[in-house]
Amino acid sequence: MPSLKDLKNRISSVKSTRKITKAMQMVAAAKLRRAQEAAESARPYAERMESVMGGLAASVAGSQSAPKLLSGTGSDQVQLLVVMTAERGLCGAFNSSIVRLARTKIEELKAAGKTVKIITVGKKGREQLRRDYADLMIHHVDLSEVKRIGYDVAQDIARDVLNRFDAGEFDVATIFFSKFRSVISQIPTAQQVVPASFDAPEGDVDGGNLYEYEPSEEGILADLLPRGVATQIFTALLENGASEQGARMSAMDNATRNAGDMIDKLTIEYNRSRQAVITNELIEIISGAEAL
Amino acid sequence: MAETMQFDLVSPERKLASVQATEVRIPGADGDLTAMPNHAPMITTLRPGVLEVVTTDGSSRYIVTGGFAEISAEGTSVLAERSHPVEEVTQEMVDEMVAAAHAAHKEAHPDVADTAAKLLADMVAMGTHIGLDPNVPSI
Repeated sequence: MPSLKDLKNRISSVKSTRKITKAMQMVAAAKLRRAQEAAESARPYAERMESVMGGLAASVAGSQSAPKLLSGTGSDQVQLLVVMTAERGLCGAFNSSIVRLARTKIEELKAAGKTVKIITVGKKGREQLRRDYADLMIHHVDLSEVKRIGYDVAQDIARDVLNRFDAGEFDVATIFFSKFRSVISQIPTAQQVVPASFDAPEGDVDGGNLYEYEPSEEGILADLLPRGVATQIFTALLENGASEQGARMSAMDNATRNAGDMIDKLTIEYNRSRQAVITNELIEIISGAEAL
Repeated sequence: MAETMQFDLVSPERKLASVQATEVRIPGADGDLTAMPNHAPMITTLRPGVLEVVTTDGSSRYIVTGGFAEISAEGTSVLAERSHPVEEVTQEMVDEMVAAAHAAHKEAHPDVADTAAKLLADMVAMGTHIGLDPNVPSI
């Protein structure tokens, strides 16, 4: 049985924990709103990009001149996985669910006899994957110094990935991130970025031929494909940012509630043992008086 | 009243403009062009330069640094890699963009050196165009 003083200490320590989790929850809520706004304002660009690329891709598909970035190298032997996670923990299962998805994919690819290479973005993913796949990791992107995720960050990652592609280091690249659905639901997602995959505009496939192109279709495509990859990575980073804050918010909300329950329980225990002490003392006094 | 078309200017980070325009002057990769309502549909890439939008109540100018423009009879949308209203552009921003273009030119593979040099020249021209000192580092 813990002494009264022990109980008192525990109560005050849980109380300060609750204060911290409450503060973290509120910070996450504010950051979430900003992250959602950022994701929102990036959407028009990404959507337009996708539809134009879809049209272009459909019109050059199958032709010999289609760039490698679109048609692929004709092999899928070497797979590059870009795993994007957060720089910080304390956000529920956010990081581990992305890592779990990546891990399943790695095992699948390994079983199929493919070569796997990993690039990690964000510290948490690297820490978790390093245990098992340290030999597969080829690069890590550190975002801990980045305050606000801008397009330039995505561009740097895209440039690195594309340089590796040009150097023939891999055939297929897939990015792993978490799609933001709501505060309580984030969906870990895998998306192939190289060779580029775009949803062709619905309906007529000839849609792309309506346009006049300046310079040539191939010229535009060569210019746009790298941008398309950067845009996809940018969108993924923003979704990830919003998901992280959403996950942290709900995790901290739970933690705050649990701390409250714990405080209630400890307070009851504290009151009981205090009463027991008082009763004990009374009994001692009464029996002492009777003995006289 | 002059005929208008929908004009959108978006960069990856935000939507800069969405207005009814009577004409849009675009710095296309193969030369400047002006899009007006009922233009034949076309897609062109951009070079760094100044984009001007004319609406019924005045015109506004933006700098763009590459990307592409999609023109159709009903409207024009410009997807720029980076874009700012001319009034917001500061000397530091121009310096930074020119420096980045310069660094890219230095590193460029001989095959694409011409493209990089053109990009740098375009950046410098853009700076001069909006009345800021482009601070040309020697090529």
